[in-house]
Amino acid sequence: MLRLDGLSRTYPTGTQALAHLTLDVGAGEIVAIVGGSGCGKSTLLRLVAGLDRPSGGRIELDGEAITAPHPGVGIVFQEPRLLAWLTVAQNIGFGIAHLPRAEREARIATALERIGLAGHGGRWPRELSGGQAQRVALARALVARPRVLLLDEPFSALDAFTRADLQEHLMALWEDSRPTLLLVTHDIDEALALADRIVVMRPHPGRIGTMLSVPTARPRPQPRPTGTPEAEALKRQILNVLRPARQQMALPAAAE
Amino acid sequence: MSAADGLIETPGLRAAQRPGVFPRALGAGGRRALLGLALPVGAALGWELAVRLGLAQGRLLPAPSTLLATLAELARSGDLALHVRATLARVAAGFALGVAAGTLLSVLAGASGLARTVLDPTLQGLRAIPSIAWVPLFILWLGIFETSKVALIAVGVAFPVYLGTLGAILSVDRRIIEVGRSFRLTRLQLARRILLPAVLPQYVVALRAGLGLGWMFVVAAEFMGASEGLGYLLLDGQQLGKPAQIMAAIVVFAVLGKLTDALLVAASAPFLRWEDTAQRAAEG
Repeated sequence: MLRLDGLSRTYPTGTQALAHLTLDVGAGEIVAIVGGSGCGKSTLLRLVAGLDRPSGGRIELDGEAITAPHPGVGIVFQEPRLLAWLTVAQNIGFGIAHLPRAEREARIATALERIGLAGHGGRWPRELSGGQAQRVALARALVARPRVLLLDEPFSALDAFTRADLQEHLMALWEDSRPTLLLVTHDIDEALALADRIVVMRPHPGRIGTMLSVPTARPRPQPRPTGTPEAEALKRQILNVLRPARQQMALPAAAE
Repeated sequence: MSAADGLIETPGLRAAQRPGVFPRALGAGGRRALLGLALPVGAALGWELAVRLGLAQGRLLPAPSTLLATLAELARSGDLALHVRATLARVAAGFALGVAAGTLLSVLAGASGLARTVLDPTLQGLRAIPSIAWVPLFILWLGIFETSKVALIAVGVAFPVYLGTLGAILSVDRRIIEVGRSFRLTRLQLARRILLPAVLPQYVVALRAGLGLGWMFVVAAEFMGASEGLGYLLLDGQQLGKPAQIMAAIVVFAVLGKLTDALLVAASAPFLRWEDTAQRAAEG
């Protein structure tokens, strides 16, 4: 459904952020991309979002090439990026301004309810907590009914309690329309709790280190419990793949 | 929050410029207004007392009562209305022209890197010319009547508006522009739905700076030969040795300047209710 074929991205400075990456993602699949900083995972999302152009390779969504932002692809960033001059409801409806008014308002009302902010549509973004703001950002991306939702470390700026809450919100929202999720995270537990498949990336240049399926069924629409023996075994496996990368990164630090 | 980072002005500046504009609870607001009045009213009373007691002559610096009497006389004879109307008309015309030019140029320079590279150095060079230096040229080109006066005011207004607006356009957060791009907004939609509201708070500040300069330049313009206007009243007072008339004109300038600024702020307030500033937090 989503095909990344030989995807490369080299920055003008010569840094090779992504080298020849190939990945197939099925419809409704949840894929987590984990890796240390600088492994190209955010670059990968920006390419799929159409915000950046690849230096080589192709991205296809249901056979259609993606070269610019596509209506079938939504994105949630690390920060909520709400528009400060729009109310919560207006923010959620920002991307569906082209829809008829009744349809738009119905979608906004449903979304507000799903993220637990029913009755708060008239509030300003400055009045929201970090977790509430990120829930609004999730809703803003999802009301446009994307086939693929990209999440760029969406919960990393939140405290552990709020993060768990948002993971539950994400799963509940996902259950509604079951889009394909591409979730970039550096939190292995988060990847294990949410994903069907985990792509572990390695840096210099950014590439796929290994790919793991998470066999444990997820109690829908809930995140999977972490800390089970199976999860711990997978976590050790992922850490093993990441370890060489971490040692490489530790070397220059040690030299200083 | 992060989206608004680039839009927040220094809270100190805000706090200094805003008092009295937004309705507040009467208790705290009334107390603050009284505190703000204490200094000028106290000084006026002190001076009045000093003149009454014979401690000061009050010839070059007339007592407040003389000042009020002069104002009342000017108002009664209809002169005050005449001069105020003339000056207001000049400021209004010059401000409108200056804002239009400054806004247009800043939008051009902000929208295209090429336009900015071509325009900005020239405009910065022109800005460096003390605007009063244009006076002789404007008189030669446009004559001694209204046109040259309005042109001078417009020049004075245009540059701060250009500078402030361009700065605001260039400092719009890249990350919220990406939000617009990810929803496939066209350039025009991006300008209307993201850039315009993001720029608005700083644009209002630029307009206020422009208006302040407009009031400054109207005096310069009226000094270069006018038969009516508050600047004429100043000059007339100097030539005929009437310090009370000079001070009356100065007081009228202060009142008009403050009123027009307050009007500008009040007109923009409904569009800026969303602002996340230290001032707002203190009020909330």
